[in-house]
Amino acid sequence: MNLGELQKKLTAAARLQAPDERVPYAFEKRITAVIAARAMPDFWTVWSRGLWRAAVSCVIVAVVCGAISLLVPSSSENNPDLSQDFENTLLASADQGDNSSTMP
Amino acid sequence: MERSEAELIAAVLAGDSASFEPLVAKYSPRVFATARRYARREVEIEDIAQEVWLKAFDKLKTFRGEAPFEHWLMRMTVRTCYDFLRGHQRNRESSFSEISEPEEDWLERFVAEPGSAAEDADAAKLLIDRVLDKLSPPARLIIQLLEIEDRSVKEIAEITGWSVPLVKVRAFRARGEMRKILARMTKDKYL
Repeated sequence: MNLGELQKKLTAAARLQAPDERVPYAFEKRITAVIAARAMPDFWTVWSRGLWRAAVSCVIVAVVCGAISLLVPSSSENNPDLSQDFENTLLASADQGDNSSTMP
Repeated sequence: MERSEAELIAAVLAGDSASFEPLVAKYSPRVFATARRYARREVEIEDIAQEVWLKAFDKLKTFRGEAPFEHWLMRMTVRTCYDFLRGHQRNRESSFSEISEPEEDWLERFVAEPGSAAEDADAAKLLIDRVLDKLSPPARLIIQLLEIEDRSVKEIAEITGWSVPLVKVRAFRARGEMRKILARMTKDKYL
């Protein structure tokens, strides 16, 4: 059998097939609706997206603070002890109470 | 007043997605005709067409307006069809035992007297569809564009994004692949 001839015949048969240009009813409306639906994300999508952005921002701030605390040299004379100050402020009223009760 | 294509595209890019509808209505027949060359089931054809239009909407800002919108869209359509072919490579290795009676008759007529087997016969169309379905995706795309749609190598390179030498190599391989399939088909029946 002449395969080259068969190939030519079948290719010619394919060429003779008229392109079928039928489009389903209201196809363009469907596409516009899909595009519109994609443009309006639902509440939970917006919420989770915001949550992820906030989480990323928090991580970045934490990393920057950590890097600063590690890299910037600290001297105890210039920087008062924050925990000690906090404790003094918190216990100031109690100290005052003690002082007044011990006074004659 | 009917707006021009450029005006519609500018409106879509400015955020008016409703202006996309006239473009879809105008070019969908061509998109569907192209999709039908690569897919058989209507559901698959509709999926391809929808994907083409969503891609076109998303990538509209990359359309520079140097070439007609239709060319840009058809390039996208052919590439989407190629992706579809690559994702649906099933049943290519099946035998030709399922050939219908009219197809067998047509082949017999061709074997007896090649001139008597008409190209416009329905059986010939069924046979070529069967052969095309068995080709690998690159071979099918090349045979479709080069042999059936009669496009030049340069045009195919532009449509597919392949280089001209690659198109030539793939065309050579595609013809060989098609011949092998035809040989297998006729060997099953007549040798």
